[in-house]
Amino acid sequence: MPNARKKPKNRFPHRHLLSCENLTADELVALLDLADKAAENNRKVDKKRDLLRGRTLINLFFEASTRTQASFELAAKRLGADVLNMNVSTSSVQKGETLIDTAVTLNAMRPDIIVVRHHAAGAVELLSQKVDCSVINAGDGSHQHPTQALLDALTIRRAKGRLEGLLVAICGDVVHSRVARSNIELLNALGARVRIIAPSTLLPPTPERFGVEAFTDMWSGLDGVDVIMMLRLQRERMQGAYVPSSREYFHFFGLDHDKLSKAKPDALIMHPGPMNRGVEIASTIADHSRSVIREQVEMGVAVRMAVLEALSTHLPS
Amino acid sequence: MTKSAATATAKQTAKPTAYINARLIDPETERDEPGGVVVREGLIEDIGKHLRRNAPDGMEIIDCGGHILCPGLIDAQVFTGEPGSEHRETLMTASQAAAAGGVTSIIVMPDTDPVIDQVSLVDFIQRRARDNAVVRVHTMAATTRGLKGEEMTEIGLLKRAGAIAFSNGKSSIANTRVMRNVLNYAKDHNAVIVHHTEDPYLSQNAAMNSGEVAARLGLTGVSRSAETIVLERDVRLVEMTGGRYHAATISCAESLAVVQNAKTNKLPVTCGVSINHLTLNENDIGSYRTFFKIRPPLRSEDDRQAMVQAIASGDIDIIVSSHDPQDTDDKRRPFSEAADGAIGLETLLSGVLRLHHTDGIALTTILKALTINPARIFGLSTGRLSKGAPADLIIFDPDEPWVVNKDFLRARSKNTPFDEAKLQGRVKQTLVAGVSVYRYPDTANT
Repeated sequence: MPNARKKPKNRFPHRHLLSCENLTADELVALLDLADKAAENNRKVDKKRDLLRGRTLINLFFEASTRTQASFELAAKRLGADVLNMNVSTSSVQKGETLIDTAVTLNAMRPDIIVVRHHAAGAVELLSQKVDCSVINAGDGSHQHPTQALLDALTIRRAKGRLEGLLVAICGDVVHSRVARSNIELLNALGARVRIIAPSTLLPPTPERFGVEAFTDMWSGLDGVDVIMMLRLQRERMQGAYVPSSREYFHFFGLDHDKLSKAKPDALIMHPGPMNRGVEIASTIADHSRSVIREQVEMGVAVRMAVLEALSTHLPS
Repeated sequence: MTKSAATATAKQTAKPTAYINARLIDPETERDEPGGVVVREGLIEDIGKHLRRNAPDGMEIIDCGGHILCPGLIDAQVFTGEPGSEHRETLMTASQAAAAGGVTSIIVMPDTDPVIDQVSLVDFIQRRARDNAVVRVHTMAATTRGLKGEEMTEIGLLKRAGAIAFSNGKSSIANTRVMRNVLNYAKDHNAVIVHHTEDPYLSQNAAMNSGEVAARLGLTGVSRSAETIVLERDVRLVEMTGGRYHAATISCAESLAVVQNAKTNKLPVTCGVSINHLTLNENDIGSYRTFFKIRPPLRSEDDRQAMVQAIASGDIDIIVSSHDPQDTDDKRRPFSEAADGAIGLETLLSGVLRLHHTDGIALTTILKALTINPARIFGLSTGRLSKGAPADLIIFDPDEPWVVNKDFLRARSKNTPFDEAKLQGRVKQTLVAGVSVYRYPDTANT
């Protein structure tokens, strides 16, 4: 056990997990290896471990979330931590407290890890500068969602046995997606080739600077890909601002059997959830035999356990 | 002229027809020489000098009497009242006026009631045109829902349904973000965005061009800047997005400079001008003649001359009639309250021939702006005299004088600014897909 603790300490030299940007391939592989073990652990009857016994984790979600918050809570509890879920709608934030004051207040309660989701890009990093504990970014605006990218990578690696050399298509609202940003960085770091597919209104400018190939035609974009990652299209984007309608969006960018047939016959179908069936993904595709959407959720818990384990080596003992 | 002509248009002639003894003008190749054309099954089968005097055996031969034979005109801005205001104009009456004016393709605008902003309405126009119109009818669909300038329409699906381009009709999209998104989105579908450039705030309550005439008449004027500001903004957005853009009708020298500059910078920008801005100016308004109230407003004589020069130089890509039928009741009002718009389909060719007769511009140059240029911008196979192209042809005498009498015009509304005008040049025959849809003198209306 001491040996196992020592290993991640060397291979994960960060106090916070805020972004995929500054993680090296070695660090990412180490996290994925840890997550693999956690995934096995999670399939046992007795899932409880005591790695984080006595530690406190606060889930601070400024944006509504069910799966990510539950996933972190479960991950922390399986490692033996005490978990506090802060419901922002009933908290002092609603009474006008600033983000920094919230951070300082929570810090005074001496938590060990704070998991934060916030609607503004950069908010989690700002908060991390004001606290003494470790901070995990569970999504900040359109910026980053590193644990999502990690769980996607783990899901792909377990299904395909590797990431290197795979052709991955990320389809949908790329410009507003933190999932896309984190995935692009992580997949590039691990040697996969990334394509992004979206109407021009939802593509970032200068995609080549992100090391990706951009397509506005989904049929050609999916040609020969190993993995298809669909992104959620938020409702407010559909009403004629970026996309004329959900009907038109589905016609040109919804994953259906016709477009799927352009991908490799064994291509994986992924979606970070929650899905809009009939908008970005046909219902039958979501339930397709090649869909690994449920595995993604399972790997979510494992990856978050791995992240907690890696960060725990930096906690004061 | 109604049902039978419609079925005749749809039906293709079985026997090949040779049109001989013509002066062939093909604006695409700048061909201008004596010759003839053979039409078979709705297409141009042969063309050239060798058909000047006679044709191979077994053909029906029509002698063009030395008149000009050229591609039928394409009018890229036609307003009708169908659906919603059929008392002003239907697709049928508009197409009859078009045929009499030598126009074989009309592009109808989405400013109807309801607005053409849905797939089913594009389909409606196409079906009504198929059943009732004697010339080809193409539909522009709305760029934004209800032409409100807020939410973009289903550009991809509308284009697949047959919308030839996208326009916000008689209004400009004031919201810059919406315009940027529209251009950006339309690019993916290779769709042309046609835009009426008029700042809605600067043009509020305006009745005519601002300047001395407006000041004397005591009317609120709209400055050239109202047009140029929107046009310059749009060009910036084209630069940003790469979207394909067409300024519907420019009317002043300043706008021309903006378009020229955009073209110099290799931006995908083209522009049109209406026949009214090539042949009339603000002085024609005289004592509040509302038939000269149009949008953009008639400008000064200097502006008109700049527009004419731009046709000669090719800086303006296309000429449109901007045919806009209005009720007499909507026109017989105080000038500031009268409706905008003028009909123009039937006088389009005779009107532009003024540029030839008065300003000395070559016929091939003028006709380019009415045939091959709009065909290229909107992706049509018509507008050219070449083997295999659709036999949309007109035969016209460029010199024959006539006096416009609005009561003899075929459009359902009679708001022509050319009433009693002396024009030169008459269409003798109009063919759509090889079928005659108009022949002069035509007994139906005289």
